[in-house]
Amino acid sequence: MKFSNEDVLEILRLLDATKYDELHLETERFNLTLRRNRDSGDWSQETKALSAPNVLHASLGVPSGVISAAPAAPAASPDSGKAGLIEIRAHLPGTFYRASKPGAPPFVEIGSSVEEDTVVGIIETMKLMNPVHAPERGEIAEICCDNAQFTEKDAVLMRIKPGPA
Amino acid sequence: MILRRILIANRGEFAVRVIRTCQRLGIETVLASSEADLDSTAARLADSTICIGPANSSASYLNIGAVVAAAVVSKSDAIHPGYGFLSENPKLAAACDRAGICFIGPTVKQLDAVGNKLKARAHAAAAGLVSVPGGEVLSLDEAHRLADQIGWPILIKAVGGGGGQGMKQVHDTGNLAAAMEMATAEAQASFGDPRLYIERYISHGRHIEVQVLGDGENVIHLGTRDCSIQRRYQKLVEEAPAPNINEALREEMHRAAIAFAQHLNYRGLGTVEFLVDCDRDAFYFLEMNARIQVEHPVTEAICGLDLVQEQILVAEGGKLRYAQRDMKCAGHAIECRINAEDWVHDFRPSPGTVTRAVFPVGQGIRVDTHIQAGATVSPYYDSLLGKLIVHGVDRAEAVHKMRRALSNFEITGVATNLRMHAELMRHDEFAHGGVDTAFLYRFLQSGNREAA
Repeated sequence: MKFSNEDVLEILRLLDATKYDELHLETERFNLTLRRNRDSGDWSQETKALSAPNVLHASLGVPSGVISAAPAAPAASPDSGKAGLIEIRAHLPGTFYRASKPGAPPFVEIGSSVEEDTVVGIIETMKLMNPVHAPERGEIAEICCDNAQFTEKDAVLMRIKPGPA
Repeated sequence: MILRRILIANRGEFAVRVIRTCQRLGIETVLASSEADLDSTAARLADSTICIGPANSSASYLNIGAVVAAAVVSKSDAIHPGYGFLSENPKLAAACDRAGICFIGPTVKQLDAVGNKLKARAHAAAAGLVSVPGGEVLSLDEAHRLADQIGWPILIKAVGGGGGQGMKQVHDTGNLAAAMEMATAEAQASFGDPRLYIERYISHGRHIEVQVLGDGENVIHLGTRDCSIQRRYQKLVEEAPAPNINEALREEMHRAAIAFAQHLNYRGLGTVEFLVDCDRDAFYFLEMNARIQVEHPVTEAICGLDLVQEQILVAEGGKLRYAQRDMKCAGHAIECRINAEDWVHDFRPSPGTVTRAVFPVGQGIRVDTHIQAGATVSPYYDSLLGKLIVHGVDRAEAVHKMRRALSNFEITGVATNLRMHAELMRHDEFAHGGVDTAFLYRFLQSGNREAA
């Protein structure tokens, strides 16, 4: 038997007529908590599916695609950078792109001069393109992340040598 | 043919929603999942799960070969493509036909007829519908001539696009050349088709759509939905029926949607989208979506139908179970899309791990979601966490119910747009009903928040 939202509503109808404000139900497959707000009388629920996924181990006979390379990891500590260089870190996890679209020239190369707020790359997160900005004026000294590589939040993407270009 | 096992080629809240209907109907479910979703709520609820590739959608959820192979290996009778991903891709429908698997959706020909926006406009004309004034432009000269003829401002759109992607607004003749050049390059890069068309830009418009259901012979409509509350062409709140419209206009839209679907001998569930010009009290055909939509629950609430079940019945070759006169809509329904977006910081996406998820429950309240405590909100996919749908006897009751339901909704661990919905529901213009597509921008501006 599967447990449905109609079942929850039915339990609620029974509960509504009682003095109880809370119900916990736990089986091997799921748990459910129903709670009545004493002020408003409104009910809310917390529920969790507990069954382990039943994953079929079948070969699809098709190339499984390119397994993405290990994500660029956040640097161990803030001072692990090179002396005198400023790090540009990922403000979001996602896929890092060095150009505005495939085939377009990269935003910056090593040696490019940047101003504060110059766009140096894009991170695609949840289907949205988020620009990565240079934190201050300077020159790109290092590029630490490949194009189209997945990066964790706070991973070092580039390093800038600060100062007037 | 009776379907006994369905492969779900989708993820997130929609995969969970299909599983619920299949459980009720006694149909087995196989979830086609990327590596990133093998531990998801949908994977826990499905009868079985099969991995179709890595997290990146292009290698998994968009991989036709892997999806069809998963259906064959799992001995599924049918594929439900959901919305987004491959749902409107005629190549998946054709591959299903070749593999002897039932595609839960329209025919290859119908997908093709509405997928190309110029073809869709031509079919609309043949069915007697009026599209937004405009047409294909093959050169800058032609674009100038057509824009002068239909009137400025205009919108440049990609023939292969849709859903607002790649659109450009141009206000005067001086900016046309640069916008055309950029739009051509983007259309080529995004859709593999550089062709463009232009349309008159309707500044005071409402996005109203009509749900249709066909069995290849007969078509019925299931009323209107208003989806005018959008940010960057992404819908945030939808309601059914569309409030505050002239009833004669509503009837005309119903008739137009049916005429269009009849013209295609449409089979399956589909949505005919219209733009209503509030200044002229006229409506124009925009496009047809040949799939189920995110906002289908508001229609289900007022019609009392399970639209996934209707999709399955029609895909099995069944005839429509209802004539138009049997369809009775009751009350008013509103849906809020709850996204993992930090709305006070320009809607910044907020992937992460959900620590707590509490949802309202009660009569006339529905939550469609894949989120539970411990769930991962992956950076690889869109930010939809779930949908809160309420149904009231009238719009005022629905708005009231939504306000209360939102106050009992809590997700922690990732940022959400819940507060935005709470403020929207208290806004006078929204409470009055019938706002235009520019409303949300004004609403966001007025709160001094960074808007689109």
